[in-house]
Amino acid sequence: MQPAINDDKRMILVCCGTGCLANGSMEVYRALQEQLATTEVQVETYTKSTGCNGWCEKGPLVKIMPDDITYCRVTAKDIPEIAAKTLQNGELINRLLYRDPKTKQRVKSHHEIDFYKKQHKVALRNIGEIDPASIEDYIQRDGYKALGKVLEMTPLQVIDEIIKSGLRGRGGGGFPTGQKWKACAAVDASTRYIICNGDEGDPGAFMDRSIMEGDPHTVIEGMIICAHAIGASSGFIYVRDEYSLAVKNLGIAINDARTRGYLGPQILGSQLSFDIEIVRGGGAFVCGEETALMASIEGNVGEPRDKYIYPTEKGLWGQPTIINNVETWANVPVIMNGGAPAFAAIGTEGSKGTKVFSLVGKVINTGLVEVPMGTTLREIIYGIGGGIPGGRKFKAVQTGGPSGGCIPADMLDLQVDFDNLTKAGSMMGSGGLIVMDEHTCMVEIARYYVNFLAGESCGKCAPCREGLKAMLEILTGICKGEGSEADLDFLREIGETMQIASLCALGKTAPNPVLSTLNYFRDEYLSHINEHHCPAGVCRDLTRFYIDVEPCTGCGLCAKNCPMDAISGDRKEPHVIDQDKCIQCGECRNQCKFDAVKAR
Amino acid sequence: MAADSRPIKQKTFTNILDQYPAEKRYILAMMQDVQGEYKYLPREGMQMIAAYVDVPLSRVYSMATFYKAFSLVPKGRINFKVCDGTACHIKGSNIIIDQVYQYLGIRPGETTPDGEFSLETVNCLGACALAPAVVANEKVHPKVTSSGIIDIIKSYGGQINATSN
Repeated sequence: MQPAINDDKRMILVCCGTGCLANGSMEVYRALQEQLATTEVQVETYTKSTGCNGWCEKGPLVKIMPDDITYCRVTAKDIPEIAAKTLQNGELINRLLYRDPKTKQRVKSHHEIDFYKKQHKVALRNIGEIDPASIEDYIQRDGYKALGKVLEMTPLQVIDEIIKSGLRGRGGGGFPTGQKWKACAAVDASTRYIICNGDEGDPGAFMDRSIMEGDPHTVIEGMIICAHAIGASSGFIYVRDEYSLAVKNLGIAINDARTRGYLGPQILGSQLSFDIEIVRGGGAFVCGEETALMASIEGNVGEPRDKYIYPTEKGLWGQPTIINNVETWANVPVIMNGGAPAFAAIGTEGSKGTKVFSLVGKVINTGLVEVPMGTTLREIIYGIGGGIPGGRKFKAVQTGGPSGGCIPADMLDLQVDFDNLTKAGSMMGSGGLIVMDEHTCMVEIARYYVNFLAGESCGKCAPCREGLKAMLEILTGICKGEGSEADLDFLREIGETMQIASLCALGKTAPNPVLSTLNYFRDEYLSHINEHHCPAGVCRDLTRFYIDVEPCTGCGLCAKNCPMDAISGDRKEPHVIDQDKCIQCGECRNQCKFDAVKAR
Repeated sequence: MAADSRPIKQKTFTNILDQYPAEKRYILAMMQDVQGEYKYLPREGMQMIAAYVDVPLSRVYSMATFYKAFSLVPKGRINFKVCDGTACHIKGSNIIIDQVYQYLGIRPGETTPDGEFSLETVNCLGACALAPAVVANEKVHPKVTSSGIIDIIKSYGGQINATSN
């Protein structure tokens, strides 16, 4: 549903999600407001800055309603033309429209673009359509309707509905949400807490940020519904301090919700009293783990504890606590509004509903996508993502964040849900999908993740602390050509020990990137060890770049982009790389349009 | 000393602390606000917080060193944040980090002796479509190449020494 606008009114939506902001969408938005304030446009216009539309690759995005026009890569310079042509006369500006790479046709509406057509938006339903700072916008799109309905129900009925929906935690664990609520409600206690885990720490994942920035009320409404179901009176949203826009928009939303009587004492005239406080995280990855997060809210160092007693029984300050991830909360109002059967109709047997993925890396359409559970990796990467840029070969997709695993090309038809990913040696995690091509080294990527995790391990338990350190040392050695085959067995042994003996989920899952690459890409490890060769041309100690004279046209692009001035050659003649000057950065290979730069 | 470092004033700390009840659960928020003011966490700030909440300084210090967001040393006039999230990494962020070391002599967490530049890595900026991304103070530089970073350093007044290798 679009905001109701008549023919003589136009709504201009400027995407101000993180990706578009970094690309200058705020300048576009300001230029638009100035333009409309200073020039006469015969139609009535409204401008809105929205949350992330997901299609970061083509940002800044500008949508014009009700004409349903989407302009890509808009700059402030385009604004006068947009005002004069499109707003004034309804005329399209062709060069700003998306050009379908298959049909070569310009496409007017984002609804006609594969990237959007193949998605199914539930958690992201409002983002890009509403102004996140406006509670009216949220209410207009059925916001807080579920809450009204829920307050007429008994807590048990609410919990039952969530159980029936089959909703599982979107933060990584995949624990059935309704069961969690039920367990918490059953504990005898006078005080209960609700927490929203917005400490999104996975590099390459930004769906939670997008929801908190673009539709903060859906998170708040989800939490209030839970408060009614389990009888909690206070809640916390733990959000990374670096996510300043999310902190700001959540703050505005909480205040507006209080003013409207959705938060505070006796919500909407009922017996329910509930309020929410924002806690800003300190940038420790381990705080995404629920017990560490609670320690952090309590004002301690964010170290996890053993979970022989679950937080549903003893959580924050020793009281029963429900902690769910941002995306999980965003699904709750939808379930209560549309009913459990409608939600359960989406997805697979064991995983209901949709999942938001951040599709990044070596893929044409980088961005946020939401698809029904059970969609194949191929459909996501090729159907929605548009495939691999530069016609290069797909090598692997890494799912589940740093402690997920790498899935190889022959498993592209895997239907993505919680259980299938676990079976494949990876995990859902928070939903990062990092696409890797033939120029990505799987040994180096394992080293990268282990390095990241070694830096983030809190150090409380030995298997994780020492295991990661040892694995990092071995992997660094292999990347330098100093490994041996025995190292591979040792890596596996350390990994398996960590899986069994670590205290929290961070340590238990940390070996995944190593074990999964060992399983699927053992050959690549062996090339590094036995031939001192990095097939992807990434490990700098094992790589020499050279120019193949056959395909080289002597265009000089490589020489122009070489930071070391290491490439020389006459125009239209094959070029040569001076190995003494070369630092193996690979920029020449990235730039070459003729595939003439090879790695050895 | 960094060019933008401000004199440490007790009044600034008091203003920040006054916004919070003297409870230990607000230590993190107080530290964040102090760092927001000074771009790093001065020792004096930690001492004030410890006294205010009535905990030993070591406790505040342990939190300041545990949470990655805090820096105990002043940042440079220009603070480069190189995104080393996975998307940026596979598109060459490690080369950018090496290039900064090559030309400015600083590694992540360090500041040049003249206080002009500092370097840090961040786990993910959420701008994966712009990978690899570098943020200089607030300005985002998208799709930075190994030669592009040299131009960026120069544009902020950095001297590029040709004494590489």
